[in-house]
Amino acid sequence: MSKVYLPVAPLTHADNPVQAIMAQVVLALVPATGFGLFLFGWPAVYLFSITILSAVLFEAVCLKLAGKPASLFLCDGSALLTGWLLALSLPPWAPWWIGVTGAGLAIVVGKQVYGGIGQNLFNPAMLARVALLVSYPLEMTTWVQPAPIFSEHAPGLLQALGITFGGGGIDGFSGATFIGHVKTELSQGRTLEQSFASGQFGLAEAWLGWVPGSLGETSALLVAAGGVWLLRKGIITWHIPVSLLATVAVLATVLRLIDGDRYFGPLWHLGSGGVMLAAFFIATDYVTSPGSPKGQLIFGTGCGLLIFVIRTWGGFPEGVGFAVLLMNALTPVIDYYVRPRIYGRDHKGRPLKLPEGKE
Amino acid sequence: MVVPDIGALWRRRSKIRGGVHPEPRKESTADKPIVANFPLPERLYLPLQQHLGQPAEPVVRAGDKVLKGQLLAASRGAVSASVHASTSGTVAAIEDYPAPHPSGLPTATIVLEPDGDDRWVEEGAEIDPFGLTPDEICARVDRAGIVGLGGAAFPSALKLNLGWRSRIRTLILNGGECEPYLTCDDRLMRERAAEIIEGVRIMLHGLQCPTALIAIEDNKPEAYAAMRGAAKNHGRIEVVQVPSLYPMGWEKNLVTHLTGKEVPAGGRPTDVGVLLHNVATAYAVQQAVRYGRPLISRVVTVSGEAVESPRNVETPFGTLLSELLAFCGHRPERTARYVMGGPMMGDVLPHVQVPVVKRTSGILALTPEEVQATDARPCIRCGRCVSACPVGLLPLEMMTRIRAGQFDAAVSFGLRDCISCSSCSYVCPSRIPLVHYFKYASGELMARQEAQQKTERTNRLAEEKRRRLERAKQAAAQRKAQTAASEHAS
Repeated sequence: MSKVYLPVAPLTHADNPVQAIMAQVVLALVPATGFGLFLFGWPAVYLFSITILSAVLFEAVCLKLAGKPASLFLCDGSALLTGWLLALSLPPWAPWWIGVTGAGLAIVVGKQVYGGIGQNLFNPAMLARVALLVSYPLEMTTWVQPAPIFSEHAPGLLQALGITFGGGGIDGFSGATFIGHVKTELSQGRTLEQSFASGQFGLAEAWLGWVPGSLGETSALLVAAGGVWLLRKGIITWHIPVSLLATVAVLATVLRLIDGDRYFGPLWHLGSGGVMLAAFFIATDYVTSPGSPKGQLIFGTGCGLLIFVIRTWGGFPEGVGFAVLLMNALTPVIDYYVRPRIYGRDHKGRPLKLPEGKE
Repeated sequence: MVVPDIGALWRRRSKIRGGVHPEPRKESTADKPIVANFPLPERLYLPLQQHLGQPAEPVVRAGDKVLKGQLLAASRGAVSASVHASTSGTVAAIEDYPAPHPSGLPTATIVLEPDGDDRWVEEGAEIDPFGLTPDEICARVDRAGIVGLGGAAFPSALKLNLGWRSRIRTLILNGGECEPYLTCDDRLMRERAAEIIEGVRIMLHGLQCPTALIAIEDNKPEAYAAMRGAAKNHGRIEVVQVPSLYPMGWEKNLVTHLTGKEVPAGGRPTDVGVLLHNVATAYAVQQAVRYGRPLISRVVTVSGEAVESPRNVETPFGTLLSELLAFCGHRPERTARYVMGGPMMGDVLPHVQVPVVKRTSGILALTPEEVQATDARPCIRCGRCVSACPVGLLPLEMMTRIRAGQFDAAVSFGLRDCISCSSCSYVCPSRIPLVHYFKYASGELMARQEAQQKTERTNRLAEEKRRRLERAKQAAAQRKAQTAASEHAS
C-alpha cells in the first residue's frame, strides 16, 4: 500500500532542478571571472568575495524575516549568482562598501521586496549596478589598467587591503575604458581617428580583455565562450543572445558606413564592455525576460537597440544596465501580447477554418 | 534535441512542436514475449462502466451461470459499450466495488466466480469479414464491446460509424506508444502483426476508406519490421516510422505529422478527413469481426522497479491489479506509487485492490527512487514549459493566473486547449505540478458554468411562473368581468 498519495502524473521528471541550473550558469562564468581576478589582482579578489558574501547574507536575513526556510532557498544558488553577476559588473578596485551596498540593493530592493525568487520585475544585479552608477558616479567609473596578480606593479595582499577597505589611492593605475575614452574625445570635437591615436587601444586586446574595465566583463571572448557552453547545455536558448548581438552589430555597421568619423564599427561594440555579458548572462535571466521565443526575440532586439542608442548618444558611457532594466519593465507587456500560436487556432486565437467541402 | 539551437531553425521541417524525451524505461519488458497463460483468479470484478459514456445495463442476475464471452451487461444510450464474461462461472453479485481511478470510489460491478472450465459460449462460425457491409462491421464491433484500447476507451463502433459517415480519406493506426515503461502495443505488433493488419483491412473496408497509415515510433524497430512484413502485400496500408518524442501519440500530433493537416480547435480529426485507432483496437476488431470474439482480455504491461519480473501479460478483464502484480513478483514494501497507464498521463491509484479494465494499458509499481517526489519550489520563469508544450501554450503564465484566481485570463492563454499531457510538469525544474493547476481550473470553470446555468434556469422558471400567475389572474379578472356583464345583461 502506498504511503504518500499524490493525485496526478507525471511520475517521471527531467533531472534538472533549479540549483543545477544555477550551478551551470556559475560554472559558465568561471573563465571570465578567473581572468578578471587574475588581471586586476587582490583588490578585485577582495571586492568579488565581499560582494558575493553580502549577497548571500542579505538573502539569508530576508528569508529569515519572511519566515521562509532559509536552508532550502539559499541552496538554490540564486543569491550567489546575483552577487556574482553584480561583482563582475563593478570597477575591480572599487571600495568594499560599493560591493556591500550593491549586494543589498540587488537582493533586498531588487528581489526580496517583490517576494523572492521568480517574483522580481527587474534584473537584481542590473538594478543594483544602475543605482550605484547614479548614486556614486565617481567610484563606479574609476577604472584601472590591468595589473595581473603577482606581477611587478600589482598591489600585494596588504596594499590591496588598503585599496579595497581603506580608501587607498589608485592614481598610478587609473585608465579609461575604450567607450568612455572615445566618448570624451568626441565630446571635445576630435574625430574617431584622433581618439584612437591618443588612446592606444587595440581590437585584439579588447576581445581578449587586456584593457581597463569592469571586473569580469573585459574579456568578450571568455564571456562568449561561457555563453556558448550554456547554449549547448540547453540552459539558455539562442533567441535573446542572437537578437541582442545582431541588433548591436547591424546598427553599428550601418552607422559606421554612414559616418566613419564618429561611429566605431561592430567589432569594437561587441568586443567592449558588457555587451557579451548582457547578451548571454544578464538579458537571458529567466525571471525578467519573456517566456515565449517570439517575445524573447523582441526583448533581445530591444535590449540591443537601447544599448546602442545609450552608448552612442546617451550621457552614460555604458548602456547595458539601463537597456536591460527598460526592457525588463516591458517584459509583462510582451508576455501579454506576444504568444505562440495555439494548435488548431490562428494567430488571433480563433479556431482554424475547416477545409473546403466540410461543414 | 533538448536545445533549440540556431541550426534547428533550418533543420526543423516537421510541424511537431514542443515535446519532451523522458527516459523510455521499456527495456525491462520489450524483449519478453506476452505471457498468455495467466492463471484465472478466484474472482473477477467487471465494472459496468469501463468506457467513455453511459454505464452498461446488466442482463444477468446474481446466481446466474455464464459462459466465457457471454453478454453480462448491454450497452445503453448513444455512447456506451457492452461488458462480457471473461471466463465461464457464476455471477456472485452485482454490487459496488472500488474502481481503478485515482479516487478509488466504488462503482457498480459484476462479480464473477470462475468455475475453472473456461468454457466458451458457442462460438460463431468464422466468417469472411470482407463480405460484410460497413453497417454489419460496425454492429459486430459494437456487439463485441470494443473500446479504444489506447487509453481513452471511446466506443470503437461509434468512431467507425462517425468515420464512415464523414467519408474519411485516411485511417491512422496509432502504434506510437510514447509513454515510458509501456510495451503492450510494441509486443502485440511484434507477435500478432498479421492479425493487426487484417484488423486494419477490416476497418478500411468498414470505413470505405482508401488508405491507412500505421505510425510506429522509431525506437521500436522490431515492431516496425514485423508490421512492414505483414503489410507488404496490402498496398493501401503503409507502415511509417515517426520520431520518438512524447507526446507523439497525441492524435492531433500524428495527424499533423503524417498528413500536414491541422485539426481546428474544438474539432476532431474527422474534420480533416482522418480517423485514428490504436493498433490494439485493430487486433480486437479482427478478433470480433472474423471470429465473433468479444473483448474480454487485453495485453497489460506490468513494470516498475518494484516488480521483480516485469513483463506483458494477456489478462482477463476483472482481474485485480494486486493479483496481476503478485504474478509478476511484486515487492509492496519497495513501492512508493502505483500507476495505471504510463507515468506521464496515467492514473495514480491509492491501492491495487481494483480490477483490470479495458483501458488498463499497464500497471506500474514505482520505487521511491523512480518517483523522486519533491516539494514544488517557486517558478523561476525559465520557459522550459513553453518549449515543451506541444499545443503552443504558455503554461507558466496560465499557472500564475490560476494561482491569482483569474480563471478567465488563464482561458485567454489557452487553458481550454490544454491536453493534460504533462510535458510541462515533466520539464519543470521547480517541480511545479502545472497540469494539476490546469485540471483544477478546468474543473472549477465547469462547476461555475453549471452553477450559472442553474441560476439562469431558476430565474427562467421563476419568470415563467410569474407570467403564468399573471395570466391566470388576468383570465380570472376577465371571467369575473364577463360573468358580471352577463349577470347585468340578464
